[in-house]
Order: sequence, then structure tokens, then C-alpha cells
Amino acid sequence: MIPVALLPTLLQHTQEDFWFPSQAARNASMVDELYYFIFYVSLFAFIAIVLATAIFAVKYRRGKVGMNPEDSPHHSTSIEIVWSVIPSLFMVAMFWYGFQDFVVMKQIPDNAYEIQAKAKKWDWKFVYPEGVESFGGNIDMHDGGEGMVVPLGRPVSVRLESSDVLHSLFIPNFRVKMDVVPGRYNYLWFEPTELGEFPLYCAEYCGTRHSRMLAKVVVKSEEDFQQWLKDQVVDLATLPPAEAGFEVWKKNGCAACHNTEGVNGIGPFLNGKYGSTETLADGSTITVDDNYIRESLLDPNSKVVAGFKPEMTSFAGQLNDDEISYLIAYLKSLNE
Amino acid sequence: MPSTNTLDRTNYLNATKGFMSWFWTIDHKRLGLMYLWSVIGCFMLGGFFAMKIRLTLSGDVDFASQTAEQMNAYNNAFTVHGAVMIFLVIIPSIPAALGNFVVPMMLGTKDVAFPKLNRFSYHLWIIGAVLFVATLFIGNLDTGWTFYPPYSTGHTDPSVITAVLGAFILGFSSIFTGLNFIVTIHKMRPPEMTWFKMPLFLWAIYATALIQILATPVIGISLLLILVEKTMQIGIFTPELGGDPVFFQHLFWFYSHPAVYVMILPGMGVMSELFATFSRKPIFGYKSIALASIAIAIFSFIVWGHHMFVSGQSELMSVIFSALTFSVAVPSAIKVFNWIATMYKGSISFSTPMLYGLSIIWLFGIGGLTGLFLATLGTDVYFHDTYFVVAHFHYVMVGSALFGFLGGIFYWWPKMYGVVVDNMASKIGCLMTFVGFNMTFMPQFIGGSKGMPRRYAAYGESAGFDGYNEASTLGAMVLMTGLFIALGSLLWSLKKGKKSPSNPWGGVTLEWMTPSPPPEHNFEIDPPVVGDPYDMTLVEWKGEEEGFLPVNPRADDPCVPDVKPSA
Repeated sequence: MIPVALLPTLLQHTQEDFWFPSQAARNASMVDELYYFIFYVSLFAFIAIVLATAIFAVKYRRGKVGMNPEDSPHHSTSIEIVWSVIPSLFMVAMFWYGFQDFVVMKQIPDNAYEIQAKAKKWDWKFVYPEGVESFGGNIDMHDGGEGMVVPLGRPVSVRLESSDVLHSLFIPNFRVKMDVVPGRYNYLWFEPTELGEFPLYCAEYCGTRHSRMLAKVVVKSEEDFQQWLKDQVVDLATLPPAEAGFEVWKKNGCAACHNTEGVNGIGPFLNGKYGSTETLADGSTITVDDNYIRESLLDPNSKVVAGFKPEMTSFAGQLNDDEISYLIAYLKSLNE
Repeated sequence: MPSTNTLDRTNYLNATKGFMSWFWTIDHKRLGLMYLWSVIGCFMLGGFFAMKIRLTLSGDVDFASQTAEQMNAYNNAFTVHGAVMIFLVIIPSIPAALGNFVVPMMLGTKDVAFPKLNRFSYHLWIIGAVLFVATLFIGNLDTGWTFYPPYSTGHTDPSVITAVLGAFILGFSSIFTGLNFIVTIHKMRPPEMTWFKMPLFLWAIYATALIQILATPVIGISLLLILVEKTMQIGIFTPELGGDPVFFQHLFWFYSHPAVYVMILPGMGVMSELFATFSRKPIFGYKSIALASIAIAIFSFIVWGHHMFVSGQSELMSVIFSALTFSVAVPSAIKVFNWIATMYKGSISFSTPMLYGLSIIWLFGIGGLTGLFLATLGTDVYFHDTYFVVAHFHYVMVGSALFGFLGGIFYWWPKMYGVVVDNMASKIGCLMTFVGFNMTFMPQFIGGSKGMPRRYAAYGESAGFDGYNEASTLGAMVLMTGLFIALGSLLWSLKKGKKSPSNPWGGVTLEWMTPSPPPEHNFEIDPPVVGDPYDMTLVEWKGEEEGFLPVNPRADDPCVPDVKPSA
């Protein structure tokens, strides 16, 4: 039984294989090993039943044996016990190994670094104990986010919270998934073992843009991670207003609804809109100027552009006057 | 030529005419046929949305330019596809359509225990179905067939209300049908038909009916609670109102997991009939198949938590549910082994119904075995809500329940319409459906294990799932073509099909002991004394024209032309 002993090492793969994406966290190989155990047992069972069916179908076909087959037993207690007990034993093994893995998955190490993942329709925000926030980052989304940045080789626990509906945080390369349930906290943990960027999905259906509730996980070395944390603490006052505005834009998840590449989403796209004239739902027109932008942030549903639903939540109390000015500067810069 | 027992006789199809003679009938056979065609209609509707899903995912719209409207349309498509296929197609398919047609005849009686209740069930079903279909026009139902709150209660449009009402009413239809079958099977068996002389299809229907009457009320209540919450703002499931969304999942799956067995058990019942008849051999391990049906029905009630391993339910619960889930796998495996053992030293005919039966060994083999990955905690956490799950339950529900339904249709079609469909077209239809099905769902297993999440309107290019989606869509085209060929062969037979003898396949259960199609009251004379339901030596082959006939015919048996009294 040498192959069995070797399996754990054979199944360590940092490259994508036929079934799985690459393993990038400590428990990933554990899941894959269990998968291959069940897979080979099932494959054997499947080949056995299909072969038996095929052989019987050919051997005892009516054209060959005629209409009236000879009598054969139609009951055998010993065979029936054998084919009930043997599968049961394999299932006990599957349950047991699955249970063992589950225990590992559910026991968050005491020294884990805790990040909060805040889910809302339809974006992720990651909040660090140092007060830093990060979001998004999926390559196809072009949202300007940097994703969930985590340190290599350190257990990370993620506290999951939702402010609206059910979501689910899923990182295939880490083989972790946990639902995000409004009104309670769920947790998952992982320990990254590979540097690089990995996709992060919402796996529980959450409405219109469920398929866009994407982000990425970035695994950095401890040193780079610490540097990244430092870099995130931005003093907006030291930046040019438009750049400061982009920071505000990112931090508040504006991109979840507003695109800056000329495509309408839940809300209108906003590049090239500054200074333009828009038609409102009631048919009147308005010029997009500083005051309209300010009003749209603080009382967003009073003047909604025709064709959109009054769905935006007010940012009154969340943005201060400086931040609103920065945002205006950012939107203005998009005309260039 | 003696006049054979075919369409020129008075039978249940031509005894009375006119819309009302069907709409207001209490004849279980006519009700069965009406269910059958309603289900086929709904199946085409559900299939239309399946194609819409496939075409969207294989690149009709591109990730970057997809608009909110297009995403909503996709979310609507998968919701309608799932809800229609489950509530309007698979759940009523075998029990209500085939079950209604066959159960009383298998028992040798003239109808179910409560014929008017049976008609009421059908009318309720129609009302439920209309409400359901109406949601397609009044709004954009996009909750998924699972109706999970708080999305369904607070975040989407009011069409949830009609859909939920529709599902509630359909639930009652299902309860009444189940009740009817239970009473019928208990009280109307011929005196000689003891429990262990019942055809296995009846065992399966009986087990199904138990689930229907015990589990369906729970979903009824849960859906009503959704309505109460949505319309009156009483907090049950929504956290903002003080409710718990995970509570709904418990209630929902307490019904919906057993409902999976409402879908699969009757298909297993059909399988047992097919394998015995088309092997011309007594079914192997009769008692273990019969008891496995009951075991599955019972165990099905205590495994629901395996849908919730990542929901945040307690870890201890997850562990217990994982262990219990494996308990369902054993009786399911036993059935498969028994069917295969039935073929051993048999005389196997590759008639169209049997081709569906043989397909199910393959499909249910895959569907069942992939379930092991999902019962196992360590692997389910990864596979949950990916396409692995999607592929798994399609193999079980379509691959097994729907193929069982199709096999059953072809098997009992001669009894329904007095014509046999067993030709090149019907066999090619089966083969293409089988191949197309595998082509559609095999790629989804691989995509799923690569981490492809469910219910996504589009995948970004960097995700790398496009290939699986394109392969799957290609398969869906083949699958659809196969199903249309199968349907075409059935419709063709109504016009030009070969007239069927009473017993074209050699079954020895009682429904084959009356002419095809049967008279209004099923049997012109008392059916023969019941013996072993699978003693194939009771009938012998007399050639194409006469089919299988009893070895010792009675003088008054209308199925046997030679001894038939003057009509």
C-alpha cells in the first residue's frame, strides 16, 4: 500500500490540475486528498455497475437467449448482505475523514489575524484591525480596488457580516467557503501558502449583480503586507483633490453601481457627466454641477435621472464636506 | 382475423366526448392523461428557460457590457426554470400523471379511493400552475426556486407573492393526491394481494405519498410565513424585523429534501417494473427493494441539514446531518444492485422503455455517487453552491427522475392510447437525450470543481469558465433535439402507431390484464387472481399481433381474442 502513503505528497499541487484550481492555503491539499479518495472509490463502483450492466445486456440479450430464460435465483441473502455492508463501510470512512477535515476547518487558531469582511449588495469591503479598508480588485471588474490583502504563512480568520441579504464568501484556491448572514457573524479561516492573486466570489445568490460581487485575494510576504498596511493610511489632505476624491470613491464602494467607463449599471455611468445636461424622471432637465452632485449624495432620490430607479442610499452623515468636495473634483477629472 | 382489442372498441378515451367530459371527469385514467399533457407543456416552458440560461452563459452577452436588465433577465430565467421544473414538472410527473393512470389498474380496481378528490387535486394543480405562470408576466421573479429570505421578503418585487401562493396551492394538490394513493393502496388491494405481493411501483408510490402528506404541509406553512412577513412586516426570517434567515432554510429543506425523494422514488418504482418486464425475470431482491423505498422515505426526513453545511448552523448539527445523509445512500445503492442482478440470466429486450431504464443505471450511478462528495463535510464546504452541485442534482433529477418518467411514458403508452411506440425514432430520441444530457452536465462537474459558482449571469474572462459553458450549451442543443424526437415519436404514434395488444411487453402486473386502451371501468371482468407480480411464466409470447397472453386464459378473458365472447 505504498501509493496510499505517498498520496498526501503526490496530491500537493501548486499548479491547476484537471479537477481543481491550484492549492494556495494549508488546508487545500487536505480537501483534495479527501476528494480523490471518494473519487477513486466512486469510480471503481461506477465502472463495476456499468460493466455488469453492459455485460449482462449483451450476454443475456433476447435475440440470443430467446423469450423464456431458464430459471435463476431471484433472492440471495448473502449477496444482499455483502452489497449492503461493503458500501456502508466505505461510507463510514468517507464520513469520518470528512468530519476530521471539518474539525480542522472550524477550529480557528488562537494566533489568527482577524479581518472583517463586510458584504453588501454587491461588493465586499475588508476591514483590518489597523483601521485600513480595502475592497474589490477583480481583474474583470476594473473597480480600482486592491482586494483582500493577506500575509503569507500566517493564519487569517475572516469575520463575515452582511448588511442586507445572504452572501457567501468563496475562495476556490483556499478551498474555503462560508455564508454571510445578516444579523449574525460567521467565521472562516485559512493560512495562505502561495504568493499571488486569487479570485474571491460571492457564492450565495444575492440579486441583480450577484455575478459582479467579485473581489480578489492578494497574498503578500509578511514584509510586503506590513508595508501595504502602512501605505493604506492615506492623508487625503496631502493628495491633489481629484486623487483624494478617487480614494473616497473607492472607500465608499461607489463603483458597485456607477461605472466610469461609459456603461450604465444600477445607476448611470459618471465619466463625462460633469457639466452635462440630464433629463430627470419628471421630464425636467438639470445641469450636473457641484450643487447637483452634492444634493445627489445627501438626498439622492429627490432628483433621479430618467430611466433609473430611486434606489441609492443617502450618504448624509457618512461623507463630510471635504470628502464631498474631493468627490466633485474626481468626477470633474473624469471629463478629461 | 378476430377483431382485436383495440381502438375500435369502446374504451375510456372514446366513451364520452367533449371538453366537459374531460375537464369534469373523475376517471383516474383521463386525469392521469391530463396531468401528463399539462406536465409536458410545463416541461417545454421550463426547457425554454433552460435554453435561455445556456445561451446567456455561452456568450450571448459579454461580461463587461452586460446591463442590469440583462442580468435580471438571467436571474429570472434560472428562477423560472427551477421553479417550473420542480413544482410543475418533476414533482407531479410520475406520481400524478403515471401514478393516477396506473395505480388503480395495478390494484385491479376501477378507480382511486376518492375520485372526486382526485379531480379536485387536478383542478387545484391547474390553479397553482396558472398563478405560477402568471408571475412570468406580472413581474420579474428572481429569488431562485428556494425563495431564501431576506432577499425574497425585502429585496425583490411583489411577484414573489403570486409565486408563493401558487406553490402553496400546488402543495395542497400534492397532499390530496398522496392521501388518495395511501387510502387506495391500503383499502382497495384485491384480497390476495398482500403487501409483499404488491408491484414495486406501488411500493414506490406509497412511499412517495407518505412524504407528500407529511412534508408538504411544512413548506406550505413556510411559504405562508414568507407572505405574512412580506405583506404585514411581521419579523420571522428578516433580521431587521427580528427574524432569522437560517430558520427559513431549515423549514424549506425540511420539505425540499424529502421532496427530492418525491421526485426520485417513483422513478425507482418505474425502474423496477422495467427491469423485471424487459428481463422476463422476477425482480431480484423484491423485499429489499420494497423496504428500501420505505427506508428512503423515512431517512429523507432527517437529512435536510446537509444543504446548510456552510450556512452557519451549528457544527454539531452539520456533523450529525452528514452522518445521517449517508444512511440514504445505502438503500439507494441496494436498489441499483438489485436492478442489475435482475438482468442476470434474463432475456433482455432493448425496447424503448428499457433503453431509458438502462440509461438510468449510468445516470443515477453518477448522480448518486457524486452525492457522496456532497454528504462528506470536508468536500461539501468546497463544492457547495458551485456547478458541481448543479450537475449532481441534474443527474439525479433529470437523469433519473425524468428518464424514469420518459421510460414510464413509453412503457405505459400502449395502455394509454392503444398504440406501441418502439421504433428507430423513439430509440434515437432516447439515445440522443442520453448523450446530450451527459454532454450538458459533465462539463459542469469539471467547472464546478474548478470553483465555478452558481447563479451567475456571466463570468469574467479571467475566471476561465467559458470553455465549460460552451461545451455545456452544445450538449443542451443535443439534449433538446433528443427530447423533441422522443416527443415527435409519441405524437406520430397517435396517428400512425402500430395498434397495441393488451400486453405488448410481457408485464404480469394487473394493468396488462385488460385491453389497451382499457374500458372506462378498467376491467370488463374481474382481473385474474393475483399471484407473484413478477412471475413471468404467467404470460407467453404469441407474436406481434397478440403480444403476450396468459398461459391459462379464462374463457371470458377479453384480452384473448380467441376466447373472447362475441362483442
